Amino acid sequence: MSLLTITHLKVHFPTQDGMVKAIDTIDLEIANSERLGLIGETGCGKTVLGMSIIRLLQPSTKIEGEIWYKGKDLLKLSEGEMRKIRGKEIAMILQNPTTSLNPVLKVGDQIAEAIQLHQGLDKRAAREKAVEMLESVKIPSPDKRANEYPHEFSGGMKERAMIAMGLACNPSLIIADEPTKGLDVTIKMQIVKLLKEVSRRKSMLFITHDLGVATQICDNIAVMYAGELVEYAKTEDVFKNPLHPYTQGFLNSLPNMGLKPIRGMSPSLIDLPSGCRFHPRCDHASAKCTIEHPPMVEIEKGHSVRCFLYT
Amino acid sequence: MIEDTIAFLKGYKNSVIGLVGLGILIFFVVVAIFAPYIAPYDPHEMYKPVRHPNSDHLLGTNHIGQDILSELIYGTRVSLFIAFISSIIASYIGTSLGLIAGYFEKFGFFFMRIVDGFLAIPRLPLIIVIAAFMRPSIWNLIFIFVFFGWPFTARIIRSEVLSLRNRPYVDAVRMLGAGNFYILCRHILPNVIPLVVVQLIMEASHVVLAEASLSFLGLGDPTTKSWGMILHYAFEYPTIFISDLWKWWMLPAGLCITFTILSLTFIGYALEDLVNPRLRREIL
Repeated sequence: MSLLTITHLKVHFPTQDGMVKAIDTIDLEIANSERLGLIGETGCGKTVLGMSIIRLLQPSTKIEGEIWYKGKDLLKLSEGEMRKIRGKEIAMILQNPTTSLNPVLKVGDQIAEAIQLHQGLDKRAAREKAVEMLESVKIPSPDKRANEYPHEFSGGMKERAMIAMGLACNPSLIIADEPTKGLDVTIKMQIVKLLKEVSRRKSMLFITHDLGVATQICDNIAVMYAGELVEYAKTEDVFKNPLHPYTQGFLNSLPNMGLKPIRGMSPSLIDLPSGCRFHPRCDHASAKCTIEHPPMVEIEKGHSVRCFLYT
Repeated sequence: MIEDTIAFLKGYKNSVIGLVGLGILIFFVVVAIFAPYIAPYDPHEMYKPVRHPNSDHLLGTNHIGQDILSELIYGTRVSLFIAFISSIIASYIGTSLGLIAGYFEKFGFFFMRIVDGFLAIPRLPLIIVIAAFMRPSIWNLIFIFVFFGWPFTARIIRSEVLSLRNRPYVDAVRMLGAGNFYILCRHILPNVIPLVVVQLIMEASHVVLAEASLSFLGLGDPTTKSWGMILHYAFEYPTIFISDLWKWWMLPAGLCITFTILSLTFIGYALEDLVNPRLRREIL
């Protein structure tokens, strides 16, 4: 059964230079206790997708489509109803923990406030829970650490604290937005291990451009390109049998696969290429690709791709 | 918070200017609080008028025979009371409105045009006009200073909030389901408090000067003893400048005003250096 169903989602930002089509039609499902990786280049709309699920985009943004969560269309809820969902039902763990913690408040208090906002616990109980959360994300001597300010934490510990904040109210869905960005390799692996542990029996949307990390955590992987999904498959299928030329290029650009870059640049989201959005960079592009937009086709069970090579 | 305060005090201790300022201010505050015990006479009691300084009256007496030293000591009370009450109220109003104006963009835009209007008016002349129309009393003075004091704070706080509200940690708490009011009070307010304190000190020094000016011009409350009123009566005395009278009648009051403002300015500078890391440097 799916926990979150996104249908025909379009997110457009009006700017002076024209409409930025950050997300142009995405259909996606996240099942109960599924961990889905969302992979794509910088600027392809990954974060926007996360933000539109918890509805924290600027008011001027034009959003179309439906996002169903536990029988409710999130896009139709009022701001007050939405506030009850944020943090409690759907929690987002932000990238860049250094700037995502308030420098003038103690880390323990910042975790406690997440609890107080939703569970109506008194201050002391919330604090105890916060220390418990710090312990669960494996911060040593959590009781002491809860009384410290963010600048006294290392980068990895701040990320742990952010995870603790996100998990404090036991949400059903976690949206992790590049939680491993900017961490060095050893710490990155610890955070990945931690995320894997805490997301057990929970659903998670794991947004990243780091395929290595995604394979360790995720059950399925969705590849995003220029505001739409181009391939969706089980994690191992993405590696063994990548179908879309973009996914292949993405894999080939990994350091242990030869470090071959995909030629060209990702397209401007204001002026998308006609036909298949990947055709200007694709080695297999035919005349048809430049005119017609390929549909998402399920090639085998649980493996769909948006490319004319397979139809 | 305690560690922060200690670090703050340590930083403050290194600032010579700040310590001098604080020393002078504490002196005046002590004088104001213990005025009845320090002053040798009741400032309203009348003795022989226009006496030169002598062992009975250290600074002589004024034109109606009141002891000038006692007047000065009681005047400290009035001047500091007006300064702190009106700057505290003005900062409170300015901070609240600045927070709201900075956080809610549309409201803020219109609101700031009102503030611009207030700031465009030259403050002292208008205060004089309004004070002339209102019955002179301490509370009317405080009202006037608050009325003209809050826009400065509001403007500074708003510009800080504009940058604070887009910080990622504000997004982060919003993602946890926090509402606007909660974010303003819990996350933005603590970040602007240091600014508010600096602004409050600066405002207090403005008010000391403005109060003295108004009283000097005869727009203060004639029944209260303030430094400005002492200057006012002294200035009206016919032979004040051709005799030696000004040396003990006017000069001490003028020095009191100067030193109060100086101490507040010094404290303001020292705090500003501590609060704003970009200005942080070796102080004197």
